[in-house]
Amino acid sequence: MNTSGIVRIVRIVRIALSVVVVVSMSALVLLGLVVAPPDRFQGDAQRLMYLHVPAAWVAYLAFATTSLMSALYLWHRTRRRRWDRLAAASAELGVLFTVLTLALGSLWGRPVWGVWWTWDARLITTTVLLFLYVGYLAIRRIPASEEVRARRNAIAALVAFVDVPVVHFSVVWWRTLHQQATVVTPELDPQIEGAMAAALLVGVLAFTALFFRLLWARYELAVHVDRLDADVVADAVRRRRATATDSVLQEVSA
Amino acid sequence: MSSSHARLTAAGFTSQIATVARKDLEIEARTGVAAGRMVPFAGILVVLFAIALDPDSGLLPRLAPGLFWIAVLLSALMAITRSFALEREHRAGEGLIGAGLDPAAMFLGKAAAIAVELLTLELLVGSTMVVLYEVSRPGAVIVAACLLLASAGIACAGTLYGALTIAGDGRDSLLAVLLLPALVPLMVAATRAFEIAVDVGTGTATTWVGLLGVFAAIYASLGSLTFASLIEET
Repeated sequence: MNTSGIVRIVRIVRIALSVVVVVSMSALVLLGLVVAPPDRFQGDAQRLMYLHVPAAWVAYLAFATTSLMSALYLWHRTRRRRWDRLAAASAELGVLFTVLTLALGSLWGRPVWGVWWTWDARLITTTVLLFLYVGYLAIRRIPASEEVRARRNAIAALVAFVDVPVVHFSVVWWRTLHQQATVVTPELDPQIEGAMAAALLVGVLAFTALFFRLLWARYELAVHVDRLDADVVADAVRRRRATATDSVLQEVSA
Repeated sequence: MSSSHARLTAAGFTSQIATVARKDLEIEARTGVAAGRMVPFAGILVVLFAIALDPDSGLLPRLAPGLFWIAVLLSALMAITRSFALEREHRAGEGLIGAGLDPAAMFLGKAAAIAVELLTLELLVGSTMVVLYEVSRPGAVIVAACLLLASAGIACAGTLYGALTIAGDGRDSLLAVLLLPALVPLMVAATRAFEIAVDVGTGTATTWVGLLGVFAAIYASLGSLTFASLIEET
């Protein structure tokens, strides 16, 4: 297949993905706000779960994607600049969706638990996860040559990924061995079925499609930024050469 | 990694680790730069905690395990920064690698030196807290195991994150942002084990000591595997 054929297919897939995002988000609004009934115990506050759960799922999906892309970059046979760009784009989205998860959870917790925040194992793990990947994004800003930076980023992403289960288990052991959770009890877990289950499923689908569409957009932006940087450098070199040539010519004519 | 590294025997590898650790510790013994920063810093933290929490409130003996590890973790940042400053001066680290030193041995040697420095600091801070905070005398076996494994864990994770941040361009300000979240499991395990040792916590200390061992092993392996890539061409 020639290049124009591939470009056309890519354009079609991108449009299709955008359509899936718009349609599934609209369906989520309809199912979550109109069709699904309010929860028997939690009332309308429970509708926040149709956003909170998908946001948490996408956050974990994003961090897993960052790790996969980093591993692909580190393996010499699959080493391509695109994996580093995708790892960065995915980590940024992961941080965004983790903040969204914590904010939505907090908004839900206030009416249901009576508190904005509680030291539950999942909440602590998610917060530490957020800090780990904010740190990863900070590492990406340390200046170095392109290859050195990409390799360092990939290692940092994999180290963070290995740390996540250790953080999770340590915090779960602590909260279960030390004291039982006082606010998050099994009785509060809603039994989801029917329209509520459908809303949650559509939410997960809509957020997953949104993640991939945003990842695509962020990746394209990274490619454009890199091209622009390269153009700026090439332009500066060209101007410097022209100046140097002018001064040599002036010296010769003098 | 060059072929000379591949041919290194187990004895040679251990000898390289010991050489690097001895070098860092000898420099520290002669200059006292890290100790001159860490000891006063940890000391003022011990005093500040007491002032902030009111020594008459009765909270200090109960909170001492957590406060102890916060003081150690924050002071450890200075030891790690100093350890990498040694290699940046006159590009000494590059010289060592150029002379045929295995990067994994360099990682473990530097981590061992940091662990020894931390152990010394922990003994000083711990005994000060027992006296000033009126903490009951802890069980020696749990405390010894906990101090050894936690120091190894902090040193290995610190050396790895130090290579990721400071070794690149000397930006030690990033080290705290990266290292402290990564040390959350160690902080949880070490504090819980200490609480049990001084009779203010419940449960079995061996679970937490085991977790400290796993943490140290994970970071020792990760650091040994990736250190070569991290210090190469930085």
